[in-house]
Amino acid sequence: MPSFVITEKCDGCKAQDKTACQYICPHDLMTLDREKMKAYNQEPEQCWECFNCVKICPTQAIEVRGYSDFVPLGSSTIPLRGTDSIMWTIKFRNGILKRFKFPIRTTAEGSVDPYAGKPEPDFATLKQPGLFTAAARKE
Amino acid sequence: MEKETCTFSFCKKPEVTEVACDLLIMGGGMAGCGAAFEACRWANAKGLKVVMVDKAATDRSGAVAMGLSAINTYVGENKVADYVKYVRNDLMGIIREDLVFDLGRLVDDSVHLFEEWGLPIWKKGDDGFSIDGHEAKEKGKPMLKDGGTPVRSGKWQIMINGESYKVVVAEAAKKALQTNREKTGMAQNHFERVLITTPLMDVNGKNVAGAAGFSVRENKIYAFKAKAIINATAGAVNCFRPRSVGEGMGRTWYPVMSAGSGYAFGMLAGAELTLMENRFVPARFKDGYGPVGAWFLFFKAKATDSLGNDYCADKEYFDDAVARYGDYAKGLGTAIRNHLMMRAMRDGRGPILMQTPAAMEALGKAFKEKLGDKEGAKKMKHLEAEAWEDFLDMAIGQASLWAASNVEPDKVVSEIMPTEPYLLGSHAGCAGFWVSGPGDIPGTPAHYTWGYNRMSTVPGLFMAGDVVGASGHKFSSGSHAEGRIAAKAAIAFILDHPDYKPTPKKSPDEVAAEIYLPFEIYEKYKTYTTAPDINPNYISGKALQARLMKIADEYFGGVSTWYMTSKTMLEEGLKKLELLKEDAGKMAAKDLHELLRCNENYHRILSVEAHARHILFREESRYPGYYYRGDHNKIDDVNWKCFTNSKYDAATNKWEFKKVPYVTMFP
Repeated sequence: MPSFVITEKCDGCKAQDKTACQYICPHDLMTLDREKMKAYNQEPEQCWECFNCVKICPTQAIEVRGYSDFVPLGSSTIPLRGTDSIMWTIKFRNGILKRFKFPIRTTAEGSVDPYAGKPEPDFATLKQPGLFTAAARKE
Repeated sequence: MEKETCTFSFCKKPEVTEVACDLLIMGGGMAGCGAAFEACRWANAKGLKVVMVDKAATDRSGAVAMGLSAINTYVGENKVADYVKYVRNDLMGIIREDLVFDLGRLVDDSVHLFEEWGLPIWKKGDDGFSIDGHEAKEKGKPMLKDGGTPVRSGKWQIMINGESYKVVVAEAAKKALQTNREKTGMAQNHFERVLITTPLMDVNGKNVAGAAGFSVRENKIYAFKAKAIINATAGAVNCFRPRSVGEGMGRTWYPVMSAGSGYAFGMLAGAELTLMENRFVPARFKDGYGPVGAWFLFFKAKATDSLGNDYCADKEYFDDAVARYGDYAKGLGTAIRNHLMMRAMRDGRGPILMQTPAAMEALGKAFKEKLGDKEGAKKMKHLEAEAWEDFLDMAIGQASLWAASNVEPDKVVSEIMPTEPYLLGSHAGCAGFWVSGPGDIPGTPAHYTWGYNRMSTVPGLFMAGDVVGASGHKFSSGSHAEGRIAAKAAIAFILDHPDYKPTPKKSPDEVAAEIYLPFEIYEKYKTYTTAPDINPNYISGKALQARLMKIADEYFGGVSTWYMTSKTMLEEGLKKLELLKEDAGKMAAKDLHELLRCNENYHRILSVEAHARHILFREESRYPGYYYRGDHNKIDDVNWKCFTNSKYDAATNKWEFKKVPYVTMFP
């Protein structure tokens, strides 16, 4: 299901050194046409439809059109990802509309403090089973 | 055929950056993030430098890039020994029981951390029904580590709201790396958009001394020097011709960006492989490859042939399976269920259907009886949302396919279908490297341990996640935990060898010439023809991949032969693969993106070669439903209840194979 970029909505992330979609695509598909200052998917047949470009686009310029191999036209799947939840609007080919909201995280973005309240590593246990946070479980 | 070399006569020489560290983590997926979290804590105390390299952006890299709707390994109230038995049954009797047990006794701590960091985990509400991670928090339900009750979709699986699973896990890893920068004064220790292409072997002829790769964003080569490396990269996908060959080629079940780079890395370093004949062929919703686990386990849906028969209960099929595959068939693991489905499909009894309407109706009825009409209907609506979330969290395209086809699961059945084969070691597959176990588990034989947990047969080269062989069913949480296990052992290795100074045999300039060869070739020949895409002097990464997929599919048991192969088929395919491997020396790239594809597809070729040679070595059909040796279509425990290990010598292009004895530690 390749992503596509709506010409009118894409602003090339205002000529920053890299666009948001280019930054996030796990398969290096999104790229910037420097002349037009518009992003596009350079290899649609390698798109995994992960929607990460869709979710990250600051101008909501990216959507996804079903793989031409097997997806009939006429539906849409649109996410709106907030800081703690995501809203999905799914339009069926026959017009049925479904909307779902799901949690995405229970803490504030950027608030993870990985070692807060965790024990210091005990080097006496370095070669024993277990990890620095906990000994291996025994049965 | 004349060999091409790069002297930078045609393409521009890139800048070469050397980075020295103690521990290098390759891959920023679940295993890599686990490794970073664990390693930095130990390393900070000793001033050791930890570096992580990711070919993508760590927030959304690896198999969990899209998200997940479940964590498939949470031991919780179960026994670790039972986890070992479950994995052994599903992988047809051959696993490294020490590795699996070791993982099982540690995995829950990673899950507890995920929840602490902000991953919403479903809990059981007071009425016994499930509530999502937000509601659970609002209602003060205890966290898992404090005895909270998760919602089990199966014995080992728990349900999550996992859209941002990877983002949360990456945040902890990135912060951990930051603490290591602060401790050691390194300017940068997290490299995104850098693909590692090759190991740098030490002048001592034994250790791995580092790894080299290139930036996908700028003309820059990286040569990392390290005392130890954790290979935490993905399996191999898009190696076999997929069922969808147009735009849908990217709609693989496992992430399409998994290029076997970790398999190639270890092979080029001379690390011993095990069970590379194993593969995974998941049965999923047709075309969209959406997950079926929740439908089977949570919604209790049944799959039938198109006539409504339960193909797993077909007496003729089952008796034949037992005759060929013995008691393994009776375990009805993933491979056997696949096998029975394929029998029905080959007999024209397809399409295979997931009976979603019947499942929804039964649940609706049960809810109304228990809660009354109004509350029952409300719960049904909640359940419908849960069913959609299952797709939207991890296979969004499946939701779109249903919408585009007007499929409402309570009204219309959906087809399921076995996919093309994938190579991996963390899901229901176990292809990967032979690594040392922890050594402390009673009953461990001597040949399972050589000092450092998860270290390969190459000193200093550790493995975690998909590339560890013979220990599948780790999934996301287990991969994270395994990254942590490998990291701790790698720290011990580094501290035990204070005098070791990694010294790569190859100079950075040699490395640069190797990596940029496809640029040199392209620039040298591009004007010879009017259309640079068609040129007799070189091959593009994309063309290389198409040829690989065709060979793998037609000779090594892909979808076009219904997963069937044999000695003669394998040998013929390997001849063609050998020529393809030679042609890889003529790869051409016009930009960094193409250079990425050239390298990835070379890594795919090596992964597939290992796979095919292993299938050839093992003269039985150990994994029916994944692949068949038509000339040995049975399980032969007398001769093959053993590990099959191999070693590739890149310098001579030779393979060595051997059988390694199996030991049952948990009868």
